[in-house]
Order: sequence, then structure tokens, then C-alpha cells
Amino acid sequence: MTPSALPLGDPAPADGILPAQAAVGAAERKFSLYTHIPFCAVRCGYCDFNTYTATELGGGASQDAYAATAVCEVEFAARAMAASGLPERKLSTVFFGGGTPTLLPAGDLTAILGAAVEQWGLEDGAEVTTEANPDSVTRDSLAELRDGGFTRVSFGMQSAVPHVLKVLDRTHKPERVPQAVAWAREMGLNVSVDLIYGTPGESIADWETSVRTALSYEPDHISAYSLIVEEGTKLAAQIRRGQVPGIDDDDHAEKYELADALFQEAGLSWYEVSNWSRTPADACQHNLAYWRGDDWWGIGPGAHSHMGGVRWWNVKHPSAYAGRLERGESPAAGRETLDSDTRELERIMLTSRLNEGLAINTLRPAARKAVAGLIAGELVDPVKAFHGTLVLTLKGRLLGDAVTRALLD
Amino acid sequence: MSPMARTAPVPAATDPAIIRNFCIIAHIDHGKSTLADRMLQLTGVVKQRDMKAQYLDRMDIERERGITIKSQAVRIPWEVDGTAYCLNMIDTPGHVDFTYEVSRSLAACEGAILLVDAAQGIEAQTLANLYLAMENNLTIIPVLNKIDLPAAQPEKYALELANLIGGKPEDVLRVSGKTGMGVEELLDLIVRELPPPVGDPNAPARAMIFDSVYDTYRGVVTYVRVIDGSLGPREKIQMMSTRATHELLEIGVSSPEPTPSKGLGVGEVGYLITGVKDVRQSKVGDTVTTFHKPATESLGGYQDAKPMVFSGLYPMDGADYPVLRDALEKLMLNDAALIYEPETSAALGFGFRVGFLGLLHLEITRERLEREHNLDLISTAPNVEYEVTLEDKKVVHVTNPSEYPSGKIAEVREPMVSATVLAPSEFVGAIMELCQSRRGILGGMDYLSEDRVEIRYRLPLAEIVFDFFDILKSKTRGYGSLDWKADGEQVADLVKVDILLQGEQVDAFSAITHRDKAYAYGVMMTGKLRELIPRQQFEVPIQAAIGARIIARESIRAIRKDVLAKCYGGDISRKRKLLEKQKEGKKRMKMVGRVEVPQEAFIAALTTDESSKDKSKK
Ligand SMILES: Nc1nc2c(ncn2[C@@H]2O[C@H](COP(=O)(O)OP(=O)(O)OP(=O)(O)O)[C@@H](O)[C@H]2O)c(=O)[nH]1
Ligand SMILES: C[S@@+](CC[C@H](N)C(=O)[O-])C[C@H]1O[C@@H](n2cnc3c(N)ncnc32)[C@H](O)[C@@H]1O
Ligand code: SF4
Ligand SMILES: [Mg+2]
Repeated sequence: MTPSALPLGDPAPADGILPAQAAVGAAERKFSLYTHIPFCAVRCGYCDFNTYTATELGGGASQDAYAATAVCEVEFAARAMAASGLPERKLSTVFFGGGTPTLLPAGDLTAILGAAVEQWGLEDGAEVTTEANPDSVTRDSLAELRDGGFTRVSFGMQSAVPHVLKVLDRTHKPERVPQAVAWAREMGLNVSVDLIYGTPGESIADWETSVRTALSYEPDHISAYSLIVEEGTKLAAQIRRGQVPGIDDDDHAEKYELADALFQEAGLSWYEVSNWSRTPADACQHNLAYWRGDDWWGIGPGAHSHMGGVRWWNVKHPSAYAGRLERGESPAAGRETLDSDTRELERIMLTSRLNEGLAINTLRPAARKAVAGLIAGELVDPVKAFHGTLVLTLKGRLLGDAVTRALLD
Repeated sequence: MSPMARTAPVPAATDPAIIRNFCIIAHIDHGKSTLADRMLQLTGVVKQRDMKAQYLDRMDIERERGITIKSQAVRIPWEVDGTAYCLNMIDTPGHVDFTYEVSRSLAACEGAILLVDAAQGIEAQTLANLYLAMENNLTIIPVLNKIDLPAAQPEKYALELANLIGGKPEDVLRVSGKTGMGVEELLDLIVRELPPPVGDPNAPARAMIFDSVYDTYRGVVTYVRVIDGSLGPREKIQMMSTRATHELLEIGVSSPEPTPSKGLGVGEVGYLITGVKDVRQSKVGDTVTTFHKPATESLGGYQDAKPMVFSGLYPMDGADYPVLRDALEKLMLNDAALIYEPETSAALGFGFRVGFLGLLHLEITRERLEREHNLDLISTAPNVEYEVTLEDKKVVHVTNPSEYPSGKIAEVREPMVSATVLAPSEFVGAIMELCQSRRGILGGMDYLSEDRVEIRYRLPLAEIVFDFFDILKSKTRGYGSLDWKADGEQVADLVKVDILLQGEQVDAFSAITHRDKAYAYGVMMTGKLRELIPRQQFEVPIQAAIGARIIARESIRAIRKDVLAKCYGGDISRKRKLLEKQKEGKKRMKMVGRVEVPQEAFIAALTTDESSKDKSKK
């Protein structure tokens, strides 16, 4: 969950004390925890997340010590928040992402979770998710996670088609996914799968196969992402050199529409541009916290945090990160305190992507004026707009950034 | 062999009998400036260590492109048989756009060196410049250059030259500007063959202005050739056309750096500085006299250079409009051939319609504006000036297609040129075919030698000024050369082609073409725009139309996806910055109706293939 390039921002103080703005109205906001696990067995060619293979880090030492370091930041976070005047709040959601969290022993993950729960406590029925690669879990490890408090697992399936998985550099065999999903179910975990569409060489039929296969596992939740060719990745270089074909927006659009139709047919509804769930309760509550602008602390190298319009991010490299915490310093590399215009921009950008929508009467007059044009362009649902909420149509979801831009000027 | 002059004659005290004024004229690239280099070197006015190739091409643009744009006059000493002579040498440009520079220079001279590349032979501007020199009654010394080249054919071309000018082939001097071979002989020959200037030293002063240049530090520097009398320092001078008087702050000669002198006498060439800030107050062709003893009759002037092609210049960033205005004003101080007036375009905003001598002049002007004033400019497709007569007999001069009258038109007249093409005779067929397809009328044909033909055509200016030369070059495997000059006008069947985006006319893309070529333009422009305009949320039809009649159409399919559908989790800042960047990009879009057209699309669509190619080597 942590893209490798860090934003430019203001310096962050070593004591981790937050600007006063962070605490304003905090009691009314939910509080979540993200934990980044920056390790993967291999680096997939398309991926630019902040993650490292053992060889890149020169041995497994940092992996072994990682849980302890992360716990250090948990404790640091609790102290810094209290010192910054933030109220005591139980954790509303917890999410372990990566990288590949399940590359660490389940006990490491539950230890970090345990430390967090010890600090803040956990709301009743709170969602606790980990991302997992299908070949990095076993029946036993899933059982251990469940016993340690995890409620949900999100598998990186990406595709069911071998040649597509190959272009994506995925190491797992397609058959591994239903096995992993079955184990998770057996443990009573809520299950999600991630899919990627628009991989070079993926036909419409290939994509339909992937969608239908994913649906056959009857997950509670599916995320379907369009493949983004990130600068500096191996995939970008392959495309530049002409070794694999480039990606095409029309192809993406067609696949999105196809997936949306098949998901609906199977009883899953969209709640965010790239996310579908079986019931509203199955929607990923942690992701919703991001879209809704709630507060969260991000643990781990390169992790991002947000409290009341203050955003900050940690140093990227695991050893720099560990060094900071060893010295008792904040691992933050930079931060920004958003002004009201920027907060409004973010609010529009984030909530307009949600099916629950954006209350039109909260918009500024200029933005409100743009709504009529968006309805005329069939980007916004007219009936819901009539009732006061801006909700994207299917066409509008595909042109979501254009909608945001229209609401910004 | 003549040695370098030991004592150079002093300005203002030089007997006209020891003065020789000459210019070097030739087809482009035949080596004028390189020959001038050798003369500067041999006569010692430029020290060995200061020497660089094409020394007199001083502007950055001249050096980068390897062409001469402005004439340069230099005073050099040369000794023959123990007498020190004073030579005034003028290096001239060869490109057809700058022919007016050549004519000015000729008027300051008694002789001309007609230089011919011994590997190329006579070409179109060789002829054009020769005729100009003959009209000015100059003594002509034919010279073959580049004889060091293995491909040189001096015998063959000496014969061609002799046929053209008269005289014997053996008398044609052979030199190499590169090695310096034959250049001393040439200097000797200049002294022997060219007549000295004649004038009345006691008459009221009369000096012909043949160039006028604006210099940031010194103001206007006026170059003159004294015909009668003399001019001295601190004298009050008078411009004969306007009777305006100026105090002389400095008078001197270029050798080749400006060197103040005690004055200028009969036959001498030098410069005047008066502190005037505008070249138009010191107009090329005007006669300078003195206030205290004014002459009564002025010398004959020159014709003003007449702009041939027009283009709209717009700042990429609308806020730069005042900068562009000031920049044009400054450039005009230096370039009497430049004319401009403000105009507005619905698509491009505020700018100027500027008249140029040709495409090279356009390109160079634009480049200088951009580079010297740090501007980013869009120039619209160039076109010629049309004279449109309406049914109510009103006459409109159109230099901008969007000003083409929409009312009932009785007649449209377009400018014509007489063009001369020189090429090996094997290409006659191809050349005639090309000229015919450009609505040309054959005027005549002559053999210059056994295998070189001169073909004369009368053609519409609009047909030759843009891509004609490039096509001629390719059809003649590089051997064809072209010269042209204005030659009246003719009635023609012209139409205005408009380009419509979603039904909205885009003024910057309108063009006036011959009816037979309207379709080709429409197809070309609609096709180009389809490639250049990004997809919108709706389908965008692009049409080309004559009046209400659609002659070509294309369409841009609607965009279907414009959303970042990736898991970007906690890094909201990155996503926001992406959006902010897109928002910035949107600001640089021009709205045509509902269609967002990026600035770059305008530029690319208006960049004709011709103007993007290297045009300098005409
Ligand atoms: N081999 C050889 N090359 C020459 C000679 N004279 C000139 N050149 C080359 O010919 C090219 C054109 O030379 P210039 O002196 O710039 O020609 P020009 O006639 O002044 O050109 P314009 O001012 O643009 O009309 C350059 O590349 C020179 O180096 C010569 O005597 N021998
Ligand atoms: C943080 S990633 C990693 C999760 C886990 N390591 C895995 O790969 O299965 C979460 C999801 O982001 C998606 N993703 C990663 N890189 C992407 C890219 N370049 N374009 C689109 N989706 C991407 C994948 O679907 C992936 O499952
Ligand atoms: S396993 Fe997941 S996080 Fe690791 S490199 Fe592949 S996509 Fe990225
Ligand atoms: Mg030259």
C-alpha cells in the first residue's frame, strides 16, 4: 500500500508531535491503524510499492527483527498522539498491507496487532485485515492469524490465466487460489480477492475467465484494479523497449464494464470505483476510512498517516526506519498540513468515488454549478442528484477523475 | 604577388583614385563569406589568432545556420606596385529572401565579384544577382571558387561563365576561399580592373545610406557611401528626405571593427552614429548631407522591401503579449523589411499579423524573437496577400484568412511572381510538370550551356513560397535552383477553407487555397487534428468546409476511461498531486466550444512540414 516515491512536504519533527490542527474534532472521527510489511519473495514487474526482497536487503536479518521495530512505532505512536492532545480512541479498523505481510510468520503479525490492541483497544466487531499472496499462506498460518484476532484476508489473485500471471511475474499457480480461499473460509475469515485487468496480452476472454473464476470462489469482496504502468518498473521498461505491448484505456474501459456486469449478476455491488462487496457490511471498512477522510496511523517504512488534515509519511528504507526508532525518533520523513482548499479538494476527490456519494449541499457554489453539466454528460446519477447526493454512473466511474476536475473549477 | 599594404590609406584623406568599392555576390553557399575571410586575413585587418570561419557572419543565427543574413562592409588595405590602395569589400547574403540586401550593397560599389562554386556551376541566384549588378552598371569580375574540391569542374564552368558574361574562359580567375589559393591575384585584379569612384570633393556632401542597424549600446548605426563632398566628425548632418538634422556623435570605418576616423571623403564607405534610436529616422536609401552646406538633389533611393508572406505571431502564454509587442518594436528598429499590426484570434488570443520577405525571414524573425526575448511563440500557417473585390466594388486586402470577406465576392486577385529555375537539362520535364501543377505559365527557356537550362515561369506566389523549393530539389536530385521576384497579380479561382470542431469554426486553421486544392487541404488538416486533439468525453467531429459545404470530415472518438483505478491506499497526497497536475494542464487548454484543445495541438497543426524542415539551404 505504500508507493515507492515519497511526496515532497515539510520536515517532520523528531518527537512526532503533530500540529494542533490534527486534534481538532478528532473525538468525532474514527481511528484506524495501517501496518506496512515491506517484504516480498520476488518483486513483480509491475509493482512500485515500497517493498524489498531478501536479496535486496542483504539477508533475512531485518525481516526477523521487523515485528519488534513495528511494535516500537506502535508505542511511539501512542505516546505522540497523547502528547499532541488527541483523545483516546479505540481502533476502528486495522489493516496489514505490503509488500507481502504473510511472508512474516503469523506470530509476528499477531504480535504487532496485539501490541496495538494493548495500546488503543479495538472496537467491537472491528475489521482486521491482512493482505496475502496465495502461495504465502497455509491452513495453519491462517488459523493462527484468526486466533490472533484477524477477521479478514485479501488475496492477491490478479488473474486466473497462466500467460497473464506470467506477464505479471506472479509466482503462484492458479489452483492455489481456491485452496487458500477455502482455508480462509474454513477459519471463518471474511475473504476478498484482488484482480488486475488490462495486462499486456490479456484478451477480453482471458479477463472474463479471471472474473468468472474469482466469482466461483464466492468471495465476500473483490477489488479489480486496472494495470497501471508505473515509471521505473520492469514492466515500464519492457513496454518502452517493445518487448510487451502497451496498455490501452479503451481496453480497460471495456473490461471494467464487463467486470461490473458480471459482479452485479453474481450479487456483488460496487461501493467504490474499484471495489465490490456482497453486502454493505462486507465493504472493506479500512479502505472506507481512507475515502471518508478518517484518521489513521501508518506503521512501517514509507507508510502514510492522516489525522485531521495533517498527512505524513515515513522514511522509505527499512534500515533508515529502524534506525530512527532505535534512536527514539519519529520515523516520519515529511508531512503536510492541508489548508481548507486542499482539504476540500481531497474530500471531493475521495468521496466522489464512493457509492454512498457526496452530499451536494456540502459543495461550494461553483462546484454545485458543475453538477448539472455532469448529469447532462451522464456521469452522475440524475435521480440520486435530485435527492441531494452526487453518485457516479457507470460511465462516470470510468471518468471519475474528469468528474473530480469538473467539481474543482 | 602583392604584399600586405605597409601603410594603409587614412580615411577622410584618401584620394578616390586609390579606392576600390566592390561586393561579393553569388548563389547561396558558393563561398562568399569564406572568400571574405581570406581577404580579411591576407590584408591583415583580422589577426591570425582572432580569425574564425565566416568571420563576418556575426549574428548567432547566422553562425548556427551557416548563412549570411546581413551584408557587411569592411575597409581593407592592399598594395599593388608599391601603391597602397583602400578596398571596401561588402559580403552579401545569397538567400532569395534577402535579395534586397544585395541590391542595397550594389549601390555602394563600382564593381562586383560574381562568385561561382566550381563544383556547382551557375545557379538561379547567380543569375539574379548578376542581373542586379548589371542594372547598377557595375564592373563584374567572374570568379570560380572552391577549386580545391575534387568535384570541381573549372573548365566547364569557366565556359558557362564566359558564355554568360562575355570574355574568354581562360580569363575567369580560379580561387579557393578555403585554401586561399588565387585570392592575392584576385585582390590585385580588383585594383586593376575596377574603376575608382568618381565624385566632386568640393560639392555639398551627399552620402547614400545603404544600411541602418540598431545597436543596444550605440543606438542606430548608419552605413553610408560618400558620393560627393565629405563628412566630418561633430558635423550637423541632415536627412534629405525628411530634412531632419542630427548631431554626428561618431564617424568611422569598419575594419572590420568600428574604428572612428577624421571623416569620410569621396568614394569612401563608413558608418555614422547620431544617437538616433529608430532605424526609420535613418532610412536605407536616403541621402545624408550637411546642415550648413546642404545638397539640393538627393541620390536615387531604393525601393522598400515589400513583405511577401504573412503569418500571425502569438505568445504561447497570453500574459507575454506586451513582451512580444516590445520585442517586435525592437526588432523592427533593425529590420526595415518587417511590418506588423495587432490582431486577435478566437483560438489564440492576442497577437500580431507580421509581414515577411519569405519563409526564411519568418523563421529567423521568430527565432530571434524567441531567443532574444525569451518568448514562446505560435506562428500561424503563412499566407500571401489577396485582393478581394466585393460585388459592391469595395476592395479588401486580406493577409489573414479569417478576415476573408463573407459577402458576395466579385473577384479575387493573387500576387504573382516571375520565377527562374536553373537545372541540368535532363530535369526539364520534371520541372515543367511541377510548375504546371502549380498553375504556372511558361515564359521561356534557354540553354546556358550544353546541359544547363534556364526555365522561366510566371506562377502564383502562394504556389512557390512554401514547399515548392523542397519539391524542386527532390525532383532534380538537388541540382535545381530557384529565384523569383514579384510580378504583378492575377485573378484566380480561390476559396476559403474553414475547419470546424464540433461545428465551431477555428479561425487559426482557415486557409485560402485554389479551388482545386481545397479538398487536399481539408483532408490534410482534419487528419492532422484528429491525431493531435486528445479525446474528449464526447465524440468530436472535425470538418473542413467551403462556406456551408463540407468537403472533408474526421472524428475523434469519445474517451472512455479517465480514472485512476489502483489501490493507492494511504498515499492520498500522490493522487492529489496527480489531479492538481491535470488541473494545471487543463488551464493550458484552449476551449473551442466545448472542446478542450491543448496549446501543443495548435502549434503542431500550424507547424507546416515546410517550416519545420531546414529551410536555410535554399
Ligand atoms: N572546399 C571548399 N569549401 C568552401 C570553399 N569556400 C567555402 N566553402 C564551404 O562552403 C560552405 C558555404 O560557405 P560560405 O562562405 O558560408 O558561403 P556563402 O556564399 O557566404 O553563403 P551565404 O552567405 O549563406 O549565401 C561552407 O561550408 C564553406 O566551408 C572553398 O573554397 N573550398
Ligand atoms: C499492496 S498490493 C500487494 C498485495 C500482495 N503483495 C499481492 O501482490 O498479492 C495490493 C494490490 O494492488 C494491486 N496492484 C499492485 N500494483 C499495481 C499496479 N501497478 N497496477 C494496478 N494494480 C496494482 C494488486 O492487485 C495488488 O494485489
Ligand atoms: S507480491 Fe505484491 S507487493 Fe510484492 S511485488 Fe508483487 S504486487 Fe508488489
Ligand atoms: Mg555568407
